[in-house]
Amino acid sequence: MTAAGTAVPAHTHVDDRPFIRKYVFSTDHKIIGIQFLFLSLFFLLVGGLLAMGIRWQLGFPGQAMPLGGWLPEGVAPGGVVSPKTYIGLVTMHGTFMIFFAVMPLLVGVFANYLIPLKIGAPDMAFPRLNMWSFWLMIPSGLLMTASLFVLGGSSVAGWTVYAPLSNTPDYTGVHLGQQLWCLSIVIFGLSSLLGSVNYITTVINLRAPGMTWFRLPLSVWALFITAVLAILAVPVLAGAVIMLFFDQTIGTHFYLPASGGQPLMWQHLFWFFGHPEVYILILPAMGIVSDIIANGARKPIFGYVSMVWAMIGIAFLGFIVWGHHMFQSGMNPTLASAFMVSTIVIAVPSAIKVFNWLGTLWRGSIHFTTPMLNALAFVSMFIIGGLSGIFMASTPVDMYIHGTYFIVAHIHYVLFGGSLFAIYAGIYFWFPKMFGKQLDERLGKVHFALTFVFYNLTFFPMHILGLGGEMRRIYDPTVYDYLKPMQPINVFITVSAFLLFASQIVMAWNIVRTLARGKKADVNPWHDCGLEWTVPSPPPHGNFETTPTVYHGPYEFSVPGAPADYVPVNQPLPAVPEGRR
Amino acid sequence: MTAHAATHGMAGGAGGEHAQGAVGVHTQKLGMWVFLVSEVMFFTALIGSYIILRWGTNAEWPEPRTVLAIPITAANTFILICSSVSMVKAYAAAVRDDQPGLKKWLLLTVLGGATFVSVQAFEYHHLVEKGFLPSSGLFGASFYTMTGFHGFHVTCGVLSMIWVTIRAFRGKYAGGRFHGIETIGLYWHFVDLVWIILFTIVYLI
Amino acid sequence: MHWWFPGNASSVGGKVDSLFYVILYITGAVFVLVEATLLVFLVRYRRKSGRTAEHVEGSTRAEIIWTAIPAVILVTLALVSQPLWSKIKDSDTYPRNAVHVGLEAKQFEWHFTYPGPDGKLGDDDDFMKKDTLHLVVDRDYVLEMTARDVVHSLFIPAFRLKQDLVPGMDIRMWIKPTRTGTFEMACSELCGLGHYRMRGVVVVHTPQDYAAWLVSQGAASAADSAAAGLTPSGKGAP
Repeated sequence: MTAAGTAVPAHTHVDDRPFIRKYVFSTDHKIIGIQFLFLSLFFLLVGGLLAMGIRWQLGFPGQAMPLGGWLPEGVAPGGVVSPKTYIGLVTMHGTFMIFFAVMPLLVGVFANYLIPLKIGAPDMAFPRLNMWSFWLMIPSGLLMTASLFVLGGSSVAGWTVYAPLSNTPDYTGVHLGQQLWCLSIVIFGLSSLLGSVNYITTVINLRAPGMTWFRLPLSVWALFITAVLAILAVPVLAGAVIMLFFDQTIGTHFYLPASGGQPLMWQHLFWFFGHPEVYILILPAMGIVSDIIANGARKPIFGYVSMVWAMIGIAFLGFIVWGHHMFQSGMNPTLASAFMVSTIVIAVPSAIKVFNWLGTLWRGSIHFTTPMLNALAFVSMFIIGGLSGIFMASTPVDMYIHGTYFIVAHIHYVLFGGSLFAIYAGIYFWFPKMFGKQLDERLGKVHFALTFVFYNLTFFPMHILGLGGEMRRIYDPTVYDYLKPMQPINVFITVSAFLLFASQIVMAWNIVRTLARGKKADVNPWHDCGLEWTVPSPPPHGNFETTPTVYHGPYEFSVPGAPADYVPVNQPLPAVPEGRR
Repeated sequence: MTAHAATHGMAGGAGGEHAQGAVGVHTQKLGMWVFLVSEVMFFTALIGSYIILRWGTNAEWPEPRTVLAIPITAANTFILICSSVSMVKAYAAAVRDDQPGLKKWLLLTVLGGATFVSVQAFEYHHLVEKGFLPSSGLFGASFYTMTGFHGFHVTCGVLSMIWVTIRAFRGKYAGGRFHGIETIGLYWHFVDLVWIILFTIVYLI
Repeated sequence: MHWWFPGNASSVGGKVDSLFYVILYITGAVFVLVEATLLVFLVRYRRKSGRTAEHVEGSTRAEIIWTAIPAVILVTLALVSQPLWSKIKDSDTYPRNAVHVGLEAKQFEWHFTYPGPDGKLGDDDDFMKKDTLHLVVDRDYVLEMTARDVVHSLFIPAFRLKQDLVPGMDIRMWIKPTRTGTFEMACSELCGLGHYRMRGVVVVHTPQDYAAWLVSQGAASAADSAAAGLTPSGKGAP
């Protein structure tokens, strides 16, 4: 049964509610999406600042940081980052970036903003639940931020907070900070789950007439599949973290061996969540990039159906590969081999997607707009990140590179080179729809060029550091004779990282300037087929005057016989001899 | 009332009471199903950990019946199951627009749920007095964690059920608007099912 | 070369490196091919006046080809990796006559327990040394490892070996050094504030040097062993 139906009457109207209900405690998915945007950009900045502290210490170990004198003596004696502060920086950089920057940017922003618009619905299925989903991020973010300032400091167990290190203050001196981390993550999990309930229900039940499953844009498919991943994986994290919290507070010993607890159980539970989590962090990016590349090449996505099944395949396989984070953990080697097989297999659907993106560019008419540049960067960087993953999949090679900077390079190629470039692409692409003003193209291209160059200069050399044997989460590599010769690479990376961070000012400036005095944007500046481009910028409350009808698939660009090089989905295709989807 | 509120109505969001989508499942019910899937995963994490700790390691584990009061908990389980029966009856009453029946069966469900929580709380008190705490080995840790979170979910269910009952008394489910009863019924049955599993593997085995 | 792998010093290191290079060549070739294709497309199919994009929706044949070829390559890779993995990690395959050395990791030290003159681990003439692992070249060793407090990970880059040490678990690792010399070891699982300085050293001796070292341990080891709770041997080595 493929026909979609909904009895939801469409209506737009003047929103005459008071300011607080309209813009603060709003139930409008568009406002909520924008709220997520500003909140997560703030945390992206926080995560970036923490990274600057890490890079300073690694590039110039033992030297006083600029402005380090402003920090309390306990944190940075004489302006020098202490070992405890360093691991706190590492832990909180990962935590803020994953939970408070990338996830909310990809899911909180784009799922909320795009799904109802792209499927022809007036709003999400549960608008008030949606509002809660955003507002829960505030206490979660506050608790996590507070953990930086409490007595004993923030968590210092890495974003993966392995037990028993994280169980008791005996091993680190951190007490309250780790507990706040746990509470923050549980609240975050609830926010994520409420959002996912909305996204799934909305996509299943609120599609406009004619919007069948295989006419959904790949961005919507990706966000839908991501929401399913979240529903299945985030609760397991919640359970694991709650047991950790109880170990810390009410005297349980789930993960402490002295009373029969199992440290490895923490790892299994965490990574059972953790692996689907990384697909949560990349699938929406893939969906967004698909929309933008089809638009930029003026061609349908090559192999649309394969792209859908590839995402479903990645999501499904993503649940049976978690052990590859634990190859060296002491787990049964035969079990490890089973995980190696599943891990190797999951590379196949990812490869399929890359080839389909190339196929989309083939014989296209490529427009190098800022969103397109960022989307192309995603593809080229994801190729590197994906290929580096193959080294880790091979268990004997993983033995050497596990826990080294090779892994850090891989992580950042897929998360920054992948997810963040896609986020930037999405921001540049949908900004005119969100705010009615278009970001400056020239500044956008400058931002892109600087980011792309400094990003590669920062993270590519990390592969070399890893192969040379430099471990992760090390306060001072020069303790080891065999690492000293590579110290110039660390300095190079540090300088590149500072320049990378500085380059983001260009985008921040672009956003501020455009919001303050940008020109009014066209309704459809990118000449795109999506339903969101058929309504004003920004769209009114309720989105559509009348419920749209969808006539065909989402990427009808360069259709022979059509009046323009794109046919919006709410307009029929020109008549052709053979049948079309 | 603002123009916004007038056009959006009170409950159910964009779907409203009558939204029916592609899979033929009412939106509110679909949302509850999706939420329950996440709850299944949450309890799976806790119960799975329990199973590993109890049967996958060499840890010390007392016989449950030497620590826990099986007879009274069995009676309590029966009460919770009865409250699921009354929930089914409440839904049937709502479907045939029998408002007095709906109100009666909802009240009985609230009573059953509240009784269950109270008896559990009393049992906790008793166990703590005996010296059985969350820090009493892995059994104590997993017992309190699993039953505690279950109790928390039942409590949320009871509070929601009270709110639904109040709305029923105000006639919000009259005239064929029974979907909300079905939705909360789903949650209620789920909570009951989790308890049956917990009772079996924590108390009985 | 300073910016690449340390020189290999173990029996398995060469095979690990070979596997790495196979993957490097394959992924390198794929990288060059795919990125070059991307660049060529970006140049060749850039917007030009007078040319429109071709409305192509896909190609089932292409999908099959670019699914099958990566699948075959990847599965072969898995098959090739498996035997080496089993040899390194599966304790059932370890040589029977290996010398057993104990290792307990704690914040932030490595405590190695040596079997002493009778060659057997676990009796009174065992002695402990902190942060140094002394081995004889070309001899088989099995480390019997655990951790006292948190998860640590023994990483010996020159041997290409790594194994997590978990409190409450007894884990074994087989080592066979193939070169004499001194090699650094590190902890590669975040274990606390002193994680970065949990450095150790592996000294691989010729049999004669090792014998000489054992002799020199007669007095020096007593204090270490007492500190570790082992009965001091009190007498010199053979």
